[in-house]
Amino acid sequence: MEARLRVRRFDPESGEGARYQSYALEVPDYATVLEVLLQIREELDDSLALRCSCSSAICGSCAMRINGQARLACKTKVSALAVDGEEIVVEPVGNMPVIKDLVADMDPFWQKVRAVEPWIQPKGPPPEREYLVPHEVMRPLADVMACIMCGSCVSDCTVLETELSLGKPYEQTFLAPAALAKAYRFVGDPRDDADAERLLALSRLEGIWDCTRCNFCLEVCPKTVAPMDQILALRRKAIEQGHEEYLGARHTLEFEKTVRESSWL
Amino acid sequence: MVLTHDVLVIGAGLAGMRAALEARRKGVDVAVLSKVHPVRSHSTQAQGGINAALGEDDSWEKHSFDTVKGSDFLGDQDSIEIFCKEAPGDIIELEHMGTVFGREEDGRIAQRPFGGAAFPRTCYVADITGQVLLHVLHEQILQAGVRVYEEWFATSLIVEDGVCRGALAMEIRSGQLQAFSAKVVIMATGGLGRVYEPSTNSLISTGDGQALAYRAGAALMDTEFVQYHPTALRNGILMTEGARGEGGYLLNSKGERFMEKYAPKMIELASRDVVSRAEQTEIDEGRGVNGFILLDLRHLGREKILERLPQIHELAMDIAGVDSIEEPIPIRPSMHYFMGGIKTDVDGATLLPGLYASGECACVTVHGANRLGGNSLLETVVFGRRSGAAAAEYAGGVPAGNVSEALVSQEGDRIKAVLDRSDSGDSVARIRMEMGETMNRYVGMFRNEEGLNTAVAKIAELKERYKRVGVHDRSRVFNTSLLFHLELGNMLDLAEAMAFAPLHRKESRGAQFRVDYPQRDDEEWLKHVLVRYTPEGPSLDYSPVTITRWQPERRVY
Repeated sequence: MEARLRVRRFDPESGEGARYQSYALEVPDYATVLEVLLQIREELDDSLALRCSCSSAICGSCAMRINGQARLACKTKVSALAVDGEEIVVEPVGNMPVIKDLVADMDPFWQKVRAVEPWIQPKGPPPEREYLVPHEVMRPLADVMACIMCGSCVSDCTVLETELSLGKPYEQTFLAPAALAKAYRFVGDPRDDADAERLLALSRLEGIWDCTRCNFCLEVCPKTVAPMDQILALRRKAIEQGHEEYLGARHTLEFEKTVRESSWL
Repeated sequence: MVLTHDVLVIGAGLAGMRAALEARRKGVDVAVLSKVHPVRSHSTQAQGGINAALGEDDSWEKHSFDTVKGSDFLGDQDSIEIFCKEAPGDIIELEHMGTVFGREEDGRIAQRPFGGAAFPRTCYVADITGQVLLHVLHEQILQAGVRVYEEWFATSLIVEDGVCRGALAMEIRSGQLQAFSAKVVIMATGGLGRVYEPSTNSLISTGDGQALAYRAGAALMDTEFVQYHPTALRNGILMTEGARGEGGYLLNSKGERFMEKYAPKMIELASRDVVSRAEQTEIDEGRGVNGFILLDLRHLGREKILERLPQIHELAMDIAGVDSIEEPIPIRPSMHYFMGGIKTDVDGATLLPGLYASGECACVTVHGANRLGGNSLLETVVFGRRSGAAAAEYAGGVPAGNVSEALVSQEGDRIKAVLDRSDSGDSVARIRMEMGETMNRYVGMFRNEEGLNTAVAKIAELKERYKRVGVHDRSRVFNTSLLFHLELGNMLDLAEAMAFAPLHRKESRGAQFRVDYPQRDDEEWLKHVLVRYTPEGPSLDYSPVTITRWQPERRVY
């Protein structure tokens, strides 16, 4: 079948702004967008820059905006998007600066991940053998750890988009879904003993209460990590642990009170 | 300006990060340099699990014996003993670092059966074990504050007076070359799967570390031994051995569990070399299904498939369009792992002073002629840790190097020559594809003298073409075409060694099956083949196999 791609190009050495370039080429019916991009590189234009590695949706390198939505190029079939041979628009992920073509600068993404102190902080020295933990507790955490840090959720986060468009410096913007899901992975882990500090820090500005529950991160996550659900889980834990003085928490509690007392919203 | 560190680790997969963490714990200044961000490393693709004798009925001796037998008696038994004895400690440490291993009812780490193992000793996180371990190690690196040069490509090692003193590397984002001075370099660049086409390996697995070390004077060992994984999809995407560990069947076109013929006792859970050859034999003898074998999981039931094997359920759906709850998955053997690598001792020291290596790029050797599933993740942590500790100690005993800035301009000239080359009408992609197909066809599961000679001649031709091929993209920033070019140069040197050595090993052992010499020959060939780089081509040497307590015996599963 014929695949037609319209790709956003940007060459920082050219002194020119971004432009769009169209390609058309014959590809196998089962081709993914990544396979087409690689074929473009091999047959038509080797200057097209992108990141990719595993081709199996586990390394997280090839997140990009495809028809306006963040997706892994290796997991996105051309035939699913271009039923009648429509052109597919391919752009770098959003909410991050672009280095070149489809290659985004992920440093701001990792800054947010680092900000949640993403390492286990156990209480005291570990036991001689493994911690004894129920499978029912570990298995859901494995689903959160299935996050491959591809940046899709951050790309399409509407809170971050709004803040950046208002000119907020990156370090003062919303921590965004990936970092918060990562934070939940520790808060939900019985081996971690820093819940109090974590929940306090996350309750503050730019944390869990800044999410507007727009659902986009749920929709675009290629690994069904459901970042928004993890943010909501963090909110519940924060309130349970008494972090009630924050605007979002107060708002939630007032809502609950109103409903309880008047049955009205 | 030359950047200086005590220990420079090249590669940020599991072995590299584990080595860096250990060196850091020993108090030396350590930095990691990697061509991709650490969590993009190929370790993330390991699905099934990591072995250790944790069970009360299991023992390091049983794990060792299974590994020795799996290796077809070519693994060095002193290395294997260390490997299996230290395994439980490393698993427990990974658990303490936060790995969310699957659990037994009582909360202990659960273990699943794996190929070639007489005991269920593979610890797992569903079928994303490598991914979780890689992210956990990355968390540890962040906590320890280890400097990581992300998206830097090492172009060569710096060797002065026969000692490794550092490396030259290019920052991909700027195209700038940079000299790194280090008292020790630890090579941990992973596998070389892309020398073959197809392969289960990531596109980044191009053997850069093996090639740099080989050219710098460190010997490669056991380059004859390339593992084909029995269960890969059409494009080489892996379906974990855990699928068979959990009870999956392999069926031919007649619906027979044909492995009963080839391995009556272990059936689907014989070692990988045995299962892959059996599958290919079935396909070649007309009992395949359109060139594939069927991996049948249906009898495991929806719940078990989604709980234990969620990733492969999804991959089979995405790539083969098959719902494994309802239908069997068409699979075939695909190149998967390189047992050979940079020869090291049990502490990661190579034959080049100042250079250490660990993980898939190294050859200790615990895998010998065939690796068992679940042993490669284990190798990265056991020998990553050991090489990090040993390198830190070595660094304490040598003065800081004095690497000359002039090396940068020499390397720059070499790279500029590639960028300046006029169009030869050829392409990097074409040469790579021809190399991969040649290796897969002639240096694959079934080999013979004629085919190997064909491969040697073809690789020589490709090397000549490589000298003339350029790239169209002449930019400096994120020039991936230049990277692919440099990677291809690395792969061609390795392909040459890998096609050459098997010609000399006139026997069949583990993953090397010589159709013209179908028997194992312990009289003549219970030894390792070492390959050294010379400008005229590979030169061979031999080294004995260390046997401690398990004498070679007939290998049946």
